[in-house]
Amino acid sequence: MIAIVDYRAGNLTSVARALEYLGHRCEITDRPERIASAERVILPGVGAAGATMDNLRALGLDRILREEVIAKGTPFLGICIGIQILLDRSEEDDARCLGVIAGHVARFPNQLGGRPLKVPQIGWNRVHQVKSHPLFAEVPDNTHFYFVNSYYPIPADSAVAIATCEYGVSFTAAIARGNLVATQFHLEKSGPAGLRLLDNFCRLVN
Amino acid sequence: MLSKRIIPCLDVRDGSVTKGITFLNNVDVGDPVAMARHYYEQGADELVFYDITASNERRGIMIDVVRAVAREIFIPFSVGGGLRNLDDMRAVLMAGAEKVSIDSGAVRDPSIISAGAKAFGSQCIVLSMQVKRTGARPSLPSGFEVVIDGGRLFTGKDAVEWAREGQRRGAGELCVNSIDRDGTNLGYDLELTGKVSRAVSIPVIASGGAGEPEHLREAFVIAEADAAIVASIVHYGKYPIPAIKRYLAERGVEMREPPRLERRGS
Repeated sequence: MIAIVDYRAGNLTSVARALEYLGHRCEITDRPERIASAERVILPGVGAAGATMDNLRALGLDRILREEVIAKGTPFLGICIGIQILLDRSEEDDARCLGVIAGHVARFPNQLGGRPLKVPQIGWNRVHQVKSHPLFAEVPDNTHFYFVNSYYPIPADSAVAIATCEYGVSFTAAIARGNLVATQFHLEKSGPAGLRLLDNFCRLVN
Repeated sequence: MLSKRIIPCLDVRDGSVTKGITFLNNVDVGDPVAMARHYYEQGADELVFYDITASNERRGIMIDVVRAVAREIFIPFSVGGGLRNLDDMRAVLMAGAEKVSIDSGAVRDPSIISAGAKAFGSQCIVLSMQVKRTGARPSLPSGFEVVIDGGRLFTGKDAVEWAREGQRRGAGELCVNSIDRDGTNLGYDLELTGKVSRAVSIPVIASGGAGEPEHLREAFVIAEADAAIVASIVHYGKYPIPAIKRYLAERGVEMREPPRLERRGS
């Protein structure tokens, strides 16, 4: 069973619908024991870093994700805010995050070379695969994915970055370390290519 | 680099697509789910549905449509038409829409823009406006006036100022529809679109008048729009989306390539 972590944010059902479309069973849940015993765990969503962390802590799920899921090597997928809260802290709300990936989360600049940069980034952007990873199996390099973000992750160790993207700055669009993978883009809204990544995640060997 | 978005627009009345779409083989052109799937497969970057159901009692049908569409397409789509308050917006978002498009309701009660942004996030809130050229005057410096109720009611609001206010109140995107150009196939109102684009720092969607691929290039390059609504140009089959994208890509406009289709699970 794939557990979709319910932390009281929007956009949980779109991931569930995409999984169902692909023929994978899933459950939206906030129950620690269900999440700890799931075969795979997905942390999706849109939202602010501070509120997300507050909700996870209130539900006791920050510890579960860190110790019972990620530390134990259960395949884990973070999407959008789900990549950002993996790092140590975020400039958004000055939030302390899960700290399972060293580094921090920064905001896009409002200006670039004297020209205004629209923040948030909303739309389809090219994702460059900087190293080969099964998450991107059969997906061509430089494929477009759908982004909605004002902030982006800066891992301290660039070796965890498996894909990058340019929006004013070059930033990390996907990370991987063992069975932990995460994307800044919304793969559940990224059409066939996004579904392919979601399916690839569901086939990552535990 | 962020690509420019092409957004087909479907008008839905009592659960069926209107506007006599005539072109498709093996697709029920009245069925919004089949139409959404068709455009998804063609490489539409997003879709917008306008609920033009007249009676309030039949509004629930649209929620069923949204739910069914969300099971079949995996790109963002927005829903507009008749959304007046947070409950209306929530129903549409919970059914699976990525965004809501608010229009006359926001003119009548601008506080719903900020309430929606606070409750669901700015990225969910598209402020859509219907605009007519009524001539510049002291109270209307841009010469573009916001109209509501299908163009019947002139509000006296300056479109550029309303765009700024919408951004200030928390709208995540602006959709600017020229009533003068709507249905003409003469191209988008580039002056209107450009004025709004340059007045705000959120994405602007050009709407009304596309009849040729060149019209989209003008909207993107000259008027600096981030996205463009298309209706009859694609509905009547003259220019399929892949052909429009090819035209634009060949002229240096960043486009997302039409997708290869995914396998459906059993």
